Amino acid sequence: MSLSKSHIAFLAAGLIALLVLPTMLKTYGLYLLTLWLVYIIAALGLNLTVGYAGLKSLCHAGFMGIGAYTVAILMKAGVSFWFAMPGAIVLCFLFGLLIGFPALRVQLHYLGFATLGFNLLLMLFFRNEEWLTGGTFGIQNIKRPELFGLSFSGNLAFYYLVVFLMVVSAAALAYLLRSPWGRAFAALRDNPIRAESTGVNITAYTLMSFAIGAAYAGLAGALFAPLVNFIEPAPFGLANSLLFLLMVVVGGSGRFYGPVLGSAIALLLPEYLRFAKDWYLAVFGFAVVVMMIWLPGGLLSIKERLQLSKAKRAAQTSDSKAEAL
Amino acid sequence: MTDFLQLLISGIATGSIYAMAALGFTLLWQASGTINFAQGEFVMLPAFAMLIGLSVGLPLSFAFLVAVAVSVLVLGAGFKKLVVDPMRGSGVVAIVVATLGLSIGLKSFVKAGYSAEPHPFPSVFSEEVFKLAGVTISYSDVGALICAGLMVLGLQLFLNKTITGRGMQAVAQNTFAAEALGINVKRMIFYTFAINAILVAVTALLITPTYLAKFDMGDNIGLKAFFAAIIGGFNNSRGALLGGVLVGVLENLAGAYITPSYKDGVALVLFLAVILVKPDGLLGTPQERKV
Repeated sequence: MSLSKSHIAFLAAGLIALLVLPTMLKTYGLYLLTLWLVYIIAALGLNLTVGYAGLKSLCHAGFMGIGAYTVAILMKAGVSFWFAMPGAIVLCFLFGLLIGFPALRVQLHYLGFATLGFNLLLMLFFRNEEWLTGGTFGIQNIKRPELFGLSFSGNLAFYYLVVFLMVVSAAALAYLLRSPWGRAFAALRDNPIRAESTGVNITAYTLMSFAIGAAYAGLAGALFAPLVNFIEPAPFGLANSLLFLLMVVVGGSGRFYGPVLGSAIALLLPEYLRFAKDWYLAVFGFAVVVMMIWLPGGLLSIKERLQLSKAKRAAQTSDSKAEAL
Repeated sequence: MTDFLQLLISGIATGSIYAMAALGFTLLWQASGTINFAQGEFVMLPAFAMLIGLSVGLPLSFAFLVAVAVSVLVLGAGFKKLVVDPMRGSGVVAIVVATLGLSIGLKSFVKAGYSAEPHPFPSVFSEEVFKLAGVTISYSDVGALICAGLMVLGLQLFLNKTITGRGMQAVAQNTFAAEALGINVKRMIFYTFAINAILVAVTALLITPTYLAKFDMGDNIGLKAFFAAIIGGFNNSRGALLGGVLVGVLENLAGAYITPSYKDGVALVLFLAVILVKPDGLLGTPQERKV
C-alpha cells in the first residue's frame, strides 16, 4: 500500500505543526507537548498489542517505569544515555517475553490478569528496593542527554529529540504493520484459529506483539525520565496502565492514528479540567462505558458507525416497503 | 510451630473471603461471559453503602441489609441491564474495556464524592482473641471463616440441589440447550448477577474491618479474586474456594517467612506457576475451543 496524496499532505502538515508549534509555546506548554509525544510513543506500542494483535495488556505504565528507572539508574552510574536507552528497550522486551509466555500459552484473557499482577509487583519493587530505586523518594536530577557535543538539555532541544524519536518509532511501526508480520498480527486478531490453520504460529506472534509493545513503552519511559528530571513510583502504577489502555481504545484500537487522538484526550483534557480532577476521572470512566456500548470501535470509527446505522435504517425502510407491497 | 498454625488459620480466614469475591466473578463469567474487571470496586461500593448507613445512625446489621439491597439493585440488576445487556454481541474485549472504565469511574466517583481518606470500619465479630492449644486465634478470623464457608457451601447446595440452581448451571454450560429445555435463560442470568451482588456485599462486610474503607480498596481484592478464581479452576465453583484459601495462606506464610514487602506479589507468582503446569486451574477440567 502506498500513501495517498491526501495522507502525505496530512502527514506533512502534522510534521510542520510539530516543528513550528513549540516556538509559540511557553515552558509549561512545551513540557505538555513533549509529554504528549512521549505518551504517543508508548500508546503506539500498546496499539500494536491491543489494537492489531488483540491482546489486553494492563501494565503498560509498568513497562514505561522499567524503561524510566533503567535509564535513571544507569545514567546515575555514569552510563551514557545513548547506551542506557537501548538497554531500557531491550529489558522491557525481555520482561514482555517473560510475563507473556505463561499467560499466552493458555488464553488471551489471562494476559490481562498476568499483566495486572505484574504491574502491582513492579510497584512493590519500585517502592521497596530503596538501594536501587530510591523508594518513594525516587531518583532526582536525571540529566538530559548530549551527543557529540550537541546538548539536549534545553527544553526545545529535548523536544526536537523526542519528535525525532517519535517519528522514527512511528515509521518503524508502520513498516512493521505492512510487512508479512503485520499481516499475521491482524490475522491473529480477526480469527486466531484460521490464522493458525494457514500456518501462523499463534503463540510466537502474540508473544512478539506483546513484547514489541512493551519495548515501545520502554523507549517512552527512557525519554520520560530525562524529560521530568525526577522519577518516583506513582506515574507507573496500575491507574496509568488502565489510562494507556483506554487511550488506545478511545482513539480507536487498531487504527494507526488512534493513539495520537487517544493520548491527547487522556493527557490534555485533564490539564484543562484540572479543577475537577477526580470528577473528571469519574466522568471519563463512565464515558468509556457508554462509548463501549455505543461505539466499540473508538472515536475514529464514528464515520463508519454513522454510515452503518444509516445503512441499517435504509435496509429497514426498504424491508417495510417490501412488506407493504 | 504455633506461629505457623496462627499464620495458617488467619490465612485461611482471609483466603475464604477472597474466595467469595472469586466465586461471584466465576459465576458471572460462566453464566454470561462477563469478565468483570470492576469486581474489586463491586466490593468497595457496599462497604461505603454500609459506612453511609452507619453514619446516619443505623446499627451495622441494618446497614448491611440496606447495602445488600442496594448492591442487588445497582450492582446486580443495574449492571446487567445498563452495561452487560446492551453489549451482548460486541465481544469480550468491549466488555473488558467497559468494566475497566466502570472500575475507574466508580473509584473516582467515590473519591471525589465521598472521601479520599481511609475510614475505619467496625468488625461484626469481637476483636478479642482466645487461646487454643497455645495458638492465639481471633474471633474475627473464626467468624470470617465460618461466614465465608457457609456462604460458599450454601451456594454449592443451591447450585446442585435446587431446580433453580441446576437451571443456572445448565445455562452456564450450554445456553442453547438450556433454552430448548424450557429454562428461562434470562431469569437465570439475572439470578447470577444477583448472587454476585450478595457475595460482594458479604465480602465487603468481612474484609473492610482489616482493609479499611477506601476508594481504591478494590484494587487489591479484585486482583486476588481474579487470581484465586483462575488458580482454582474457572469452570468449577469449588475451585474458587481452593484458590482463595491457597492465595490467603501462601501470602500469609510468604509475608512472615520470606519478606513482608512482596506479600501482594504471591498471588501473581502462584497464578503463573499454576497456569504453566495446569492451564485450566487446579480443579478445572479442560475446555474445548470454540471456533
